[in-house]
Amino acid sequence: MRKLLAALLLCFATSAAAQLSIEVTGAGSQRIPIAIAPFAGEGALGQGISSIVRADLERSGLFRMLEVPALNPPLTEASPVNHAEWRSRLADALVLGSVAARPDGRFEVRFKLFDTVKGADLSGVAYTMSREQARTTAHRIADYVYEKLTGEKGVFSTRIAFVVKRGDRFALQIADADGAGEETALVSFEPIISPAWSPDGRRLAYVSFENKKPVVYVHSLADGKRQVAANFKGSNSAPTWAPDGTRLAVSLSRDGGSQIFLVNADGSGVRRLAQSSGIDTEPVFSPDGGTIYFTSDRGGSPQIYRMPAGGGEAQRVTFEGTYNVSPRISPDGKVLGYIARSGGKFQVATMDLASRQVQILTDSDKDESPSFAPNGRMILLATVNAGRGVLFAVSSDGRIKQRLPYAGGDVREPAWGPFVK
Amino acid sequence: MRAIWLTVLMAGLAACSGAPTTEQDPASVEDRSAKPVTKDPATTGPIAKVDVTGTRITGQDPAVKTGVLAQRSIFYDLDQYDIKDQYKPLVEAHARYLRDNPGRKMLVQGNTDERGSREYNIGLGQKRSEGVKKMLLLLGAREEQIESVSLGEEKPRAEGHDEQAWSQNRRSDILYQGEY
Repeated sequence: MRKLLAALLLCFATSAAAQLSIEVTGAGSQRIPIAIAPFAGEGALGQGISSIVRADLERSGLFRMLEVPALNPPLTEASPVNHAEWRSRLADALVLGSVAARPDGRFEVRFKLFDTVKGADLSGVAYTMSREQARTTAHRIADYVYEKLTGEKGVFSTRIAFVVKRGDRFALQIADADGAGEETALVSFEPIISPAWSPDGRRLAYVSFENKKPVVYVHSLADGKRQVAANFKGSNSAPTWAPDGTRLAVSLSRDGGSQIFLVNADGSGVRRLAQSSGIDTEPVFSPDGGTIYFTSDRGGSPQIYRMPAGGGEAQRVTFEGTYNVSPRISPDGKVLGYIARSGGKFQVATMDLASRQVQILTDSDKDESPSFAPNGRMILLATVNAGRGVLFAVSSDGRIKQRLPYAGGDVREPAWGPFVK
Repeated sequence: MRAIWLTVLMAGLAACSGAPTTEQDPASVEDRSAKPVTKDPATTGPIAKVDVTGTRITGQDPAVKTGVLAQRSIFYDLDQYDIKDQYKPLVEAHARYLRDNPGRKMLVQGNTDERGSREYNIGLGQKRSEGVKKMLLLLGAREEQIESVSLGEEKPRAEGHDEQAWSQNRRSDILYQGEY
């Protein structure tokens, strides 16, 4: 028996956690201790389900993983659970599951979540999936556990878009929120910037320079169909979707200068929203669609302003410093995320829109393109590390920072996609 | 430590000797097998790859490749958009060429250094290219001959991260039709 246990202990699967670089500061020790046992039979999938669930939850910064050895016979969701025993191992929560091959070549994945403090069975889910859906299923399990234990929706099943420059090529990439499972939507010899997800997550608007000037496209991800949304004389850039998914706000120079316009997603019905003598760009809608935040240098330095989405008088929002750009609004509409320059450093900042309290979230110096997770908990950003563009995610309170693993190329322009039904 | 694992192990053994997974209490596991995880395009749908790398243009026009017309770049100081005196003869020559060749068209691309927001830099580069266009128009070129656009910080001429590189990247470039 002792030999068996020793062998089991050697089987501890910790590689998933070791790849992640997560920095938790401040009161980050308030993490929920959770044990996620290897799912019985998951070896048949070629990739573990439980290791992805573990990595997802750990990356959120809200959970502390307790190691569970692979037992033989393995634990499954049907195993009797000695809550007191798990609690004595300091686990507040426990996930047990199994993977079984079906006669049709698909797999059934079952899991159960237990609250060992309350001694309660928080129920679980069974999924039928193909082998290729293992990652998706694992992310869904992580979302389920996250929501049950924190009370807010998880974002592990969502996707991100970003641009990578490799040699003389630019590629628009789509990946899972953890940076894995990457696919290419567009490859070009010319730059691609400012990807923006449609509210339904099926299309991306972006700026492509393939015609030697910035042109706004709307790109349907499933079939690769592209439609020109704005290709007027001059520059066409900074697309953002209205919450209803039918219109875009863009910055156009067709009338001189860079000014904000509304245009239908098919390129029709262009309409100027505001008039200023300076640069107006980087529009973004408030979640209720009623307000547009944007960057303008009308006051002498680039600052963030807001105006009614139907047009009208603009009010200045940022006052600290001489360079505040790239506004984004949190999904609850309460927080402005943006890039602030101070002392020559460009950093991600947030402003509580009610109190006007400003917080700098990062200690890097070349941050760009912040993007809220759809639950508002994290902000994805691009920064430069050792001369190369990389992606980081920082929690909205600044306590948790993590670098997304990515091996090849210069990465920039991240955009976090919406929740998926 | 060993005692704890023994207990866990025994629990596992006990489970194994019991009922198989499929016969557990259905009330405690919400079975969604009737509605399997579908390949939702928004999460996991296959992405159709679009390749536009075939559109690279390398035009040559001998008429505008010699003398002062071969000079195509105007450089700027930090946060400046005005055309410095040293570049005025260059702009004048191109204005003369456009005036004398009303069928010719030109693209003026404004560029910035890498610092700051990419989109805001599109706006700054646009200010530079519109400054060049304005001067060309004042010198007799016609509106329909010139398009002024911005590449922002996206097409640096110098790849470095210091003032020497940045000063090369704060510029406007002139391209004639056939070159873009």
